[in-house]
Amino acid sequence: MMKSLLSATCLATVLLTAAPMLATAQAEVVYNRGNDTDPTTLDHHKTSTIPEANLMRDLYEGLVVPNAKAEVVPGVAESWEISQDGLTYTFKLRNDAKWSNGDPVTAGDFVFAYQRIQDPKTAAPYANMLYPIVNAEAINKGEKQAADLGAKAIDDHTLEIKLNAPTPYFLQLLTHQASFPLHQKSVEQFGDQYTRPGNMVSNGAYMLEAFTPNDKIVMRKNPNFHDAANVKIDVVNYIPFEERATCLRRFEAGEVLSCSDIDNAQMDYMKEKLGDQLHIAPYLGSYYLPVKVKKEKLADPRVRQALSMAIDRDFLAKEIWRESMLPGYSIVPPGIDNYPDPVFLPYKDKDILDREDEAKKLLEEAGVKEGSLTVELRHNTGENHKNTMTAVADMLKNIGVNATIVEMEGTGYFDYMKNDGDFDLTRAGWIGDYSDPQNFLFLFESANLGFNYPRWSNADYDKLMAEAATTTDLAARSKILRQAEELFLKEVPAIPILYYSSTALVSPKLKGWEDNIMNQHATRWLSVEN
Amino acid sequence: MTDHILTEQPQAEALAVTAGRSLWQDAWLRLRRNRAAVASALVLLLLALAGIVGPSLVPHRYDQIFPQYVRVPASLEAYPREDRIIPDFQRSLDRARITIGEVELDGSTIRAPISDDEALDPRITRYVDRSDLFDNSRLEDADGNALSEGATSGVMVADVQRLRFLFGTDANGRDLLARVLIGIRISLAIGLLASFMALALGVTYGAVAGYLGGRIDNVMMRVVDVLYSLPFIFFVILLVVFFGRSFVLIFIAIGFTEWLDMARIARGQTLTIKRQEYVQAAEAMGVSSAGILKRHIIPNTLGPVVVFVTLLVPKAILLESLLSFLGLGVQEPLTSLGLLIAEGASNMRGAIWLLLYPAVTLTVILFALNFLGDGLRDALDPKER
Amino acid sequence: MFTYVLRRLLGAVPTMFVIVTIAFFMIRLAPGGPFDLERPLDPLIMQNLERAYNFDKPLWQQYFIYLGNLAQGDLGPSFTRRDFSVVDLFRVGLPVSIQIGSLSMLIALIVGTVLGALAALRQNSWVDYMVVGTATFGITIPTFVIAPLLSLLFGVLMGWLPAGGWGTWKHMILPVVTLSLPQIAVVARLTRGATIEALRSNHVRTARAYGLPTRVVVGVHALRAAMLPVVSYLGPAAASLLTGSVVVETIFGIPGIGRYFVQGALGRDYTLVMGTVVVIALFVIVFNLIVDILYAWLDPRVRYD
Repeated sequence: MMKSLLSATCLATVLLTAAPMLATAQAEVVYNRGNDTDPTTLDHHKTSTIPEANLMRDLYEGLVVPNAKAEVVPGVAESWEISQDGLTYTFKLRNDAKWSNGDPVTAGDFVFAYQRIQDPKTAAPYANMLYPIVNAEAINKGEKQAADLGAKAIDDHTLEIKLNAPTPYFLQLLTHQASFPLHQKSVEQFGDQYTRPGNMVSNGAYMLEAFTPNDKIVMRKNPNFHDAANVKIDVVNYIPFEERATCLRRFEAGEVLSCSDIDNAQMDYMKEKLGDQLHIAPYLGSYYLPVKVKKEKLADPRVRQALSMAIDRDFLAKEIWRESMLPGYSIVPPGIDNYPDPVFLPYKDKDILDREDEAKKLLEEAGVKEGSLTVELRHNTGENHKNTMTAVADMLKNIGVNATIVEMEGTGYFDYMKNDGDFDLTRAGWIGDYSDPQNFLFLFESANLGFNYPRWSNADYDKLMAEAATTTDLAARSKILRQAEELFLKEVPAIPILYYSSTALVSPKLKGWEDNIMNQHATRWLSVEN
Repeated sequence: MTDHILTEQPQAEALAVTAGRSLWQDAWLRLRRNRAAVASALVLLLLALAGIVGPSLVPHRYDQIFPQYVRVPASLEAYPREDRIIPDFQRSLDRARITIGEVELDGSTIRAPISDDEALDPRITRYVDRSDLFDNSRLEDADGNALSEGATSGVMVADVQRLRFLFGTDANGRDLLARVLIGIRISLAIGLLASFMALALGVTYGAVAGYLGGRIDNVMMRVVDVLYSLPFIFFVILLVVFFGRSFVLIFIAIGFTEWLDMARIARGQTLTIKRQEYVQAAEAMGVSSAGILKRHIIPNTLGPVVVFVTLLVPKAILLESLLSFLGLGVQEPLTSLGLLIAEGASNMRGAIWLLLYPAVTLTVILFALNFLGDGLRDALDPKER
Repeated sequence: MFTYVLRRLLGAVPTMFVIVTIAFFMIRLAPGGPFDLERPLDPLIMQNLERAYNFDKPLWQQYFIYLGNLAQGDLGPSFTRRDFSVVDLFRVGLPVSIQIGSLSMLIALIVGTVLGALAALRQNSWVDYMVVGTATFGITIPTFVIAPLLSLLFGVLMGWLPAGGWGTWKHMILPVVTLSLPQIAVVARLTRGATIEALRSNHVRTARAYGLPTRVVVGVHALRAAMLPVVSYLGPAAASLLTGSVVVETIFGIPGIGRYFVQGALGRDYTLVMGTVVVIALFVIVFNLIVDILYAWLDPRVRYD
């Protein structure tokens, strides 16, 4: 009796307290936002993936920020000056920038963060994003002290950054999470626990409220944010969806308002049923097939070119990827900044049958008899990768090249690539971190062992890349980079086959979502209407 | 009539009649009387046949790609659909960069007058032949004779190729019927081989442990306990990671995780049999342990073990499908029913046939195996009826 | 009884030790490590990371460090979810998995036995055929087909229940149904078989001969005997149900621990995998013990020894 009485009173109090809470809950605008996966960590110095970048963009504000169209606009910095030689940036920080606990955001917070990311002990995967800053690389390698970094706080509201070379994309780098500030006091107080809800102090439009792994990350509007008046959504729930199909179902059921990616297998259905809720936009990304150039059978560029010619990119884009990719004929995707005159493979517009004839001729010239060449197509686990390789194998048959397919489980695959695995052709994809051709062409510099899967080494190419790095004049620089890509496309150490598109599902209730080439959609620009 | 009399006979008499039959003959008779089990056995036999010879009987190879027929729905009617023929023909000719007149479709022959500023290259027929919709394309003059060399105009004639995709095609444009057939082959093979492996390993291990008894038995069963507590997926993921995804590996992995139950059953049986007089007699006569195991113990554990195997085969097939769902299935272009279903499940909307046909096939197989298993159990162990 | 349980639990310690050892070295021998991502790390950064997590020490030394921590209940930090320790992850995920798992078990047990008993009582009637047919069907359809179908049907098309996610009791219904369907099927089949056998046994016949009503005969005598195979089946099944299902958790987006196993193994999150192995092994051992105790209670012929 006692027990049931007790629970009855408990229930009553719950109901009483719940009633006013419900009223406020109704007024609250909640946005359930699909994300690709959970983050490895919320310590932005240790992040590297796109879903992590999505989270960080809401939690923190850099010196400059991407607006809804991904154009660079002032963030914590209200204005900046660039010296004549392009080597010194002086940022004037806004007075009303505040951390979520009310502390002002100072130039020192940026210096602290930039020194921490270069600290070898932090082991930040994206430390190299800030290598353009004087001494950054040396500090990261443990050769210099943190204090030597070329980023200095002149006063609380003035930040001076010195660069090694004029870097035309530097402002864009500052929109990346590697360039976000950190709240020194809380980081030092909590150590590696500073990312926990309750400990974390952030300066973006949102602050961390809860993090349940595999369930959701809850962020609440930061009342101290300088532009809080214009932030329309009160709570964002970031929900990880490893299964894209699951996101689609919850989207259709109205449980999430956007999905960060789609399930290609259901493209026909979505096109028919969802109409303009399905967003497919050009993206800064390339999908290509690295060729192990060291192998004797693949050493001749003519052989590689022949393989490239025989691949029907239109079929791959249209039938295999259901138009969520575009046919690709270059490694630098179109629409990128600082690259007015892009270059493509010469047979881009030729009919596939003519290309096959040409390919057969090339193989003959290279001394490869029909049917004598067998290549292995390797890929990491993934339905679309599998289908792509299956289709490519069939296309190679048309020029008398046999192909077998080998699928590898993800981590084992990346380990294999890292250790210069013995593949023939494999697959790789790259999404640009900033909109500049350098961010794609650097993948194949001979010293870049991490990304240069083919282990292609070309002195002329390296020389062109080095030259571009020190060229201030944008037009001249773009010409040099173009030369480099031309050389690359002549040698095809990696066969470009597709350009990525960014794909998303966006509910009509969600306003302010603008498709952009960086696929950046900070929640502060969005609003929810019922 | 005779059946009726037989079942009505008093027990003692029935025993007398069957006294001359061995356990196996007896079981066989009982099994034959179980209609569900017989039907299941027949279905399985048919499906196994379909898996073995089917892939070479159907008109399309399981790895053959039809680029023009990606994801076409299942249909009894032959492809192409009428409204696609003329536009596709035109598109093919457009690629040859020649002037095209009016396209005419007459039954299964399609023709179009063509002309060019230069002499027509006879090789342009390949533009038409490349399409999955047409074959036997040729250049003719107005009278239907082969076009003479150097002519600048003529008629392009081609036969419309009628292809049937009874189960539709997959995301790469491969005939799903051919893929289901090869899937049956692989799935049944994995199920049988894995079960056989579990059987061999488990029965030997269990029988040895049970027969030797004492401390050795204790240690051996403790090993089984330990392995039992190690999760299955752990093994398999690691095996696939180590050795890649070959067909052999997958059945080994499954067999290797499924022999534990078998070992327990075999050990239990052995413990019972060991106390029988004939075993003790053999021991007294100085037959070696290995001899006794081979001659008496293992054959006599087979009853319950065979029943267990019929339940193990479906289990192995389902485990393989779980692996496929996790992306650890057999290597392309081979496929298994589990892999097909996993692919189908992700295409559930928009291409339901990709899920439907493999799923129905798998269900039929598993149903048949289950009924056969029940029948076998009843037949081998009359008590259980 | 108490000493028996104690003895069994003590006996589990060496078993656990062997399991931990096997699992530790197996996962460590797999190619690749937790920091091998699609975007390769600079070798220098890789070194820094490896030092931070003791990977630079010899393997045997790491093994003893791990054993030492394990003995104190510390399962280590997670490598793929670096804001959490493995214990943190289980603290959040295990209750979720246990809730869903125990509910499905309960449902499977109740529905399965009732269906099985009904089928046995009406052997060879249409009820029997329906039950056997449905049960076989339930076993043959993989969960990764049932789960999206249910979500689609009740979540998207009808809109009665959430299509996925976690939070209220409504979120539990579809995952629990998905998980319990195949279990219901097995339990029903087992119960049916055992009940038929029990109904023919001498003590049930005697009870009937004494004129006890069928309800009582079946309820008390037959079902009690029929529970034996069900219990021995449900022991290991419960261990795997309560530790979560990869498929159901992924498809419905549930924050249980079932996913950690696959996520951990594929991502080479060594500590997370080890933690999962330890938890699963513990569950298996405990449930085997429970089965043995229940067995003795249900069947007086069985003694602890």
